[in-house]
Amino acid sequence: MPLTSKHLLGLHGVPREDIQMILDTATTFREVLDRPIKKVPTLKGKTIVNLFFENSTRTRISFELAQKRLTADTINFSTSTSATKKGETFKDTVRNIEAMKVDMIVVRHQSAGVPQFLTRISDANIINAGDGRHEHPTQALLDMYSIREKLGKLEGLKVCIVGDVAHSRVALSNIYGLQAMGAQVSVCGPATLIPWQIEKLGVKVYHNIDKAIKESDVLNVLRIQLERDAGVSIPSTREYHKYFGVTKKRIDNFNKDILILHPGPINRGVEITSEVADGPYQVILNQVTNGVAVRMSVLYLLGTMNTNNLR
Amino acid sequence: MQIVLKGITLVNPAQNINEAKDLLIKDGVIEKVGDILEEELKESKVYDFSGKYCVPGLYDMHVHLREPGKEHAETVETGCDSAAAGGFTGVAAMPNTSPCTDSAEVIRFIIEKAKDHLVDVNPIGAVTVGRKGEALAPIAEMVEAGAVGFSDDGTVVKTAAVLRSALEYSSMYDAPIIEHCEDESLAGGAMNESFVSTQLGLPSIPTVAEDLIVMRDIIMTEYAGGRVHIAHISSKQSVEFVREAKKKGIKVTAEVTPHHFTLTDECCKTYDPNFKMNPPLRSKEDVDAMIEGLKDGTIDCIASDHAPHASEDKEVEFVYSPNGIIGLETQLGLAVSELLHKKHLTFEQLVEKLSINPRKILNLPVPKFEAGEKANLTIIDTDVVWTADKSEFKSISKNSPFDKRLMTGKSLATINNNKMFFEGEFREI
Ligand SMILES: [Zn+2]
Repeated sequence: MPLTSKHLLGLHGVPREDIQMILDTATTFREVLDRPIKKVPTLKGKTIVNLFFENSTRTRISFELAQKRLTADTINFSTSTSATKKGETFKDTVRNIEAMKVDMIVVRHQSAGVPQFLTRISDANIINAGDGRHEHPTQALLDMYSIREKLGKLEGLKVCIVGDVAHSRVALSNIYGLQAMGAQVSVCGPATLIPWQIEKLGVKVYHNIDKAIKESDVLNVLRIQLERDAGVSIPSTREYHKYFGVTKKRIDNFNKDILILHPGPINRGVEITSEVADGPYQVILNQVTNGVAVRMSVLYLLGTMNTNNLR
Repeated sequence: MQIVLKGITLVNPAQNINEAKDLLIKDGVIEKVGDILEEELKESKVYDFSGKYCVPGLYDMHVHLREPGKEHAETVETGCDSAAAGGFTGVAAMPNTSPCTDSAEVIRFIIEKAKDHLVDVNPIGAVTVGRKGEALAPIAEMVEAGAVGFSDDGTVVKTAAVLRSALEYSSMYDAPIIEHCEDESLAGGAMNESFVSTQLGLPSIPTVAEDLIVMRDIIMTEYAGGRVHIAHISSKQSVEFVREAKKKGIKVTAEVTPHHFTLTDECCKTYDPNFKMNPPLRSKEDVDAMIEGLKDGTIDCIASDHAPHASEDKEVEFVYSPNGIIGLETQLGLAVSELLHKKHLTFEQLVEKLSINPRKILNLPVPKFEAGEKANLTIIDTDVVWTADKSEFKSISKNSPFDKRLMTGKSLATINNNKMFFEGEFREI
């Protein structure tokens, strides 16, 4: 059964069955990654462009590796080599890339909505690799994959997203995806880092980290951006750590098993201590490996869904 | 040359006229109102507008003509063409040009560019030099050159101290200070702050950014004197502030754009940059408050905030796209569809908002239907159903969110300065 959309723009509105299929297919690819020869010919002859208008080495490498494992032809286009700096418009850049007959575009951009914009000017399958503070669906899918791998399910779990939710592109995707899979999602952070009216998404809001830890099965800890808005949102990372940092002591208080995720890169000693980041509850490194499997799954399902798209 | 407009109903609330009478116009001047003789008809070119309305030429007090500086997006001439096609015989040109309209020279340049056109152009001068918010621009010299109001539009008059000076100084000439109300420290977002902005992950501008400045300006006007005009009002709370201020007799007036009484921030869900403007599209509650404000007179007039942008500038990533849309050619259609046909305003009220009130705010004479008066009028068909098509717009730029929108009501002809715009072209009369 194919996915219901030819693009992966976000997880908003994506049906449970689609997410289920992506995660199940990722399990198959995860096994491939453990083989001595980690390559399958599934996307042979397909051309995929990684269109990165914003620097993100780890996401790009993860996608690139997934593409290589699927035997696709990969072109990387990042801002350092971008024509947009020379005054060419975004539209012209994309049309030029389109003229190279690409089948899929993986796009990362600091402006929300660029993947949607691309669907209007390109016939390729579009995969959102992060747009502004909007969505980052493959990150959320790999988070969900990692939770499911560790806890065996998503349904009924209580997952709390902790930290700079307002400026995060991971939070919304996680909320939509996890809710579709039957999990209960909450967010925790200082009021200034919680988006306007987020409770309308059916999300519980905590301003007390201890309470969040107490009531959650999983914490997805987001990076606190040190350079963000010069102290207007939070007084200091020191104060943030004091009141919202995820520490071993805080977790031990409740004497419970709790799973810790972090999309990286980690600010050790700010949102999370090394003890926790490297400790027994984390799945952070699994997340990286799982990321390749999940991206293989997405590329495979979109790349093979419609033979009319084959050129 | 002489023409007769036949079968029309004259509507001019300023004269208390609403009656079916033909007009005889000779060399651009009204020769006779009604009782036109057989022989006069024979000597005239007769335009049969049976069943249509004839109103004092519509006036848009908030238009960006882009000249000097961005002639690839619009010029004085093409902007005026667009106005005439949309039913407007006069526009006020905002000063955020390049160079800035902050001197008598630039005021005269714009007037000179428009002098042979059907459409009258009344420039608005900048309040401060370079619209920087620091030193007052030469307001008196600009008044003498023909400026009819002052604004740093695009941005707010930055400080209360400068606003106070501007109000006091401009009060000597009874010229309004036209304010783009937006607290700068809360500005910079790409859309309205709401649940929708949270869903879309777009940086947002809260309504309080507008409310704070509307209140500041009202308080300052009460204290310092002068007149303040709130440009493109968009928030429910701001409308309430203006309503209360008017009750207290403070000299404040306000305009609203068609997009702010028609569209909501839900439109941004497409990430189509043609829904990006400043102030941004607000919530349904705010839209309802705009209509309420128009109905009870809190909002004096409708203005387009016509803001042309070339497609290479506008059709980019939502966050990077410049604010604003064109509006001269869809304004009347939207006003008639959304306000008249939905029974929020009477036709007379519509004429007040689109013709009479903006002229009063700028101290411009209101055209009259009387022998000896200059013919300055718009013929309106309130019932014609049509579809907006940006490829037919006279404006150089095509940045409209209303392309392909079905509307009821349209201008059939405009007459002013001894010229007529009819059936898509200008003709001498
Ligand atoms: Zn403005």
